[in-house]
Amino acid sequence: MITATPRNDLLLMVFFAIAILTMPIWLSPIGAAYPDLLQRFAIYGIFAIGFNLLFGLTGYLSFGHAAFLGVGSYTAVWSFKLLSMSVIPAVLFGVITSGLFAIVIGYISLRRSGIYFSILTLAFAQMSYNLAYSVLTPITNGETGLQLAQEDPRVFDNLFGGAMESGTGIPPTNLFGMEMSGYPGFYFCAVLMIIGFYISMRITRSPFGMMLKAVKSNQNRMSYTGLNTRPYTLAAFVISGMYAGLAGSLLAVTDPLAGAERMQWTASGEVVLMTILGGVGTLMGPVIGAGVIKYFENIFSAFNDDALHEIFSFLPDVLQDGVVAVVGLFVGEGWHLTLGALFVIVVVFLPGGIMEGISRLSRIFSQKKAEEPTVKTRTQPGE
Amino acid sequence: MGILEVRDVNKSFGGLQALNNVQLNVEEGSVHAIIGPNGAGKSTFLNCLVGRLTPDTGSVTFNGGSLLGITPHEINQAGVARVFQTPEIFGDLSLLDNVIIPTFATRDGAFTLNAWKRADQDKEVREKAEHMLEDVGLIEKKDFIAGSLSRGDKRRLELAMCLVQNPKLLLLDEPTAGMSRADTNNTIDLLKRIGKRGITKIIIEHDMHVVFSLANKVSVMAQGTVIAEGLPEDIKGDPRVQEAYLGGAHL
Repeated sequence: MITATPRNDLLLMVFFAIAILTMPIWLSPIGAAYPDLLQRFAIYGIFAIGFNLLFGLTGYLSFGHAAFLGVGSYTAVWSFKLLSMSVIPAVLFGVITSGLFAIVIGYISLRRSGIYFSILTLAFAQMSYNLAYSVLTPITNGETGLQLAQEDPRVFDNLFGGAMESGTGIPPTNLFGMEMSGYPGFYFCAVLMIIGFYISMRITRSPFGMMLKAVKSNQNRMSYTGLNTRPYTLAAFVISGMYAGLAGSLLAVTDPLAGAERMQWTASGEVVLMTILGGVGTLMGPVIGAGVIKYFENIFSAFNDDALHEIFSFLPDVLQDGVVAVVGLFVGEGWHLTLGALFVIVVVFLPGGIMEGISRLSRIFSQKKAEEPTVKTRTQPGE
Repeated sequence: MGILEVRDVNKSFGGLQALNNVQLNVEEGSVHAIIGPNGAGKSTFLNCLVGRLTPDTGSVTFNGGSLLGITPHEINQAGVARVFQTPEIFGDLSLLDNVIIPTFATRDGAFTLNAWKRADQDKEVREKAEHMLEDVGLIEKKDFIAGSLSRGDKRRLELAMCLVQNPKLLLLDEPTAGMSRADTNNTIDLLKRIGKRGITKIIIEHDMHVVFSLANKVSVMAQGTVIAEGLPEDIKGDPRVQEAYLGGAHL
């Protein structure tokens, strides 16, 4: 069992950073090493890490986190339109705006706990979604989605690079001139995810994080212990909303447009699935969960019957048709079926998510190696 | 002038007068027991002291300040700790964390955004918490998950969580309810030991054995009011008390 000493945390951090930055290498055998998907891994990883800070530590299940994702995206696109194509103000404003939204939504929703809290956050997210389609069309550009245009002001760009020729099309998003698409875009997102992971680790290990776990464990005892639970939960909610805003603005950085569907409840549900699949309350779990879901979404949905026939070509024709017919249900348009089955299996057999599976395996492994029964009563989710 | 003064407290729920002009004066450093038959209003009274309920009328003064209209965490920060009838602990945290949390609460106040330091590297807090666990005899189990403890151990842990805060007043709501004889005696010993620290205690209790081995003053409640008050040996023989206990039972 790994205990959370500063040294182990440092090792974990180094391991995590290396694993993320080398993803283009070790993910290529399973066909996942193309920049678009890698960017998604990193972005949704950030989203899930932040979500887990709220859900994993305090136990408050927000069903409206996609609202912050959307707010982050819209803000980033507006920053591209009005200020500059540089990603720094876009990300900065994305995080700040979604943080402000989180203060308002959190302040109201956190008056209730349990299912009522979830419903309140869901209501706010659906409200944002519908407003983005209707009343707020001047800001969100409704169904078309908010896009960049040639005639956008881009005040700062025009101020400093005023000599830029017109008629060359919309300039790309950039970080000090480096174009933020493809691999540079991935590395930008990956570095931010590593920073986000580090911050979430610090929070989890801090007295503040301990108080958040206390909120989950027993709020009654907490208030009779002289602790005010409200500011703790609100702080967790806002931090988590800011992570979502960061993820949202990165979606806009890698692909500068924002649509309201980003705020729909299915997007909120997705991050819940990611967190539970990976392991609620663990550090690594949400990242793994996000990776698995995005992988399934992109890879499994790309399989079609022809590809399957090729895979099973070693079988006799009759058998081949049967197998393809069955397996075909689980890929292509049916990839949700695979995901659903995987989710059911994980929740039933590994309530602690994939991380519990990993820590069980490592326990079996280390027991075999040590051969001596160690008395360990404290079960901690592996990290 | 006592550390806790309760004057004319009334509380009714609909038509039921749960508390009727309750008066109580608790001396600093004393162990004050409140006894009475079921439904006498003991728990309602205790809830009025810790901010869970607000009395309709009357005053509750603790250490010179009013306890009315402030929240439970503010009451705790003022120096009142409470042990519940069923132990309220952080069931899925380790014993050590259970005691570290109140230690932080006392040192750093009701809210601190202390998100960058490591909780386990805070020597001062950690040592204090470990000392406390040693005092109540749970140090060997400090890495256990609190929810896995026996009821007696949970009670000890809850006491440790309250004591580590160094409260001025400790409220104990039936600290031995549902315990075996052995656990009860252990708890009595523990309470006697911590009695030496001079913490003022209010104990609500059914078990006369517990009351007479701990308390140095006893108030008897019946039908929402204090009907008798005095030294334990005087209360034992008081006919009003026997009347309240036996007469109310319709044997």
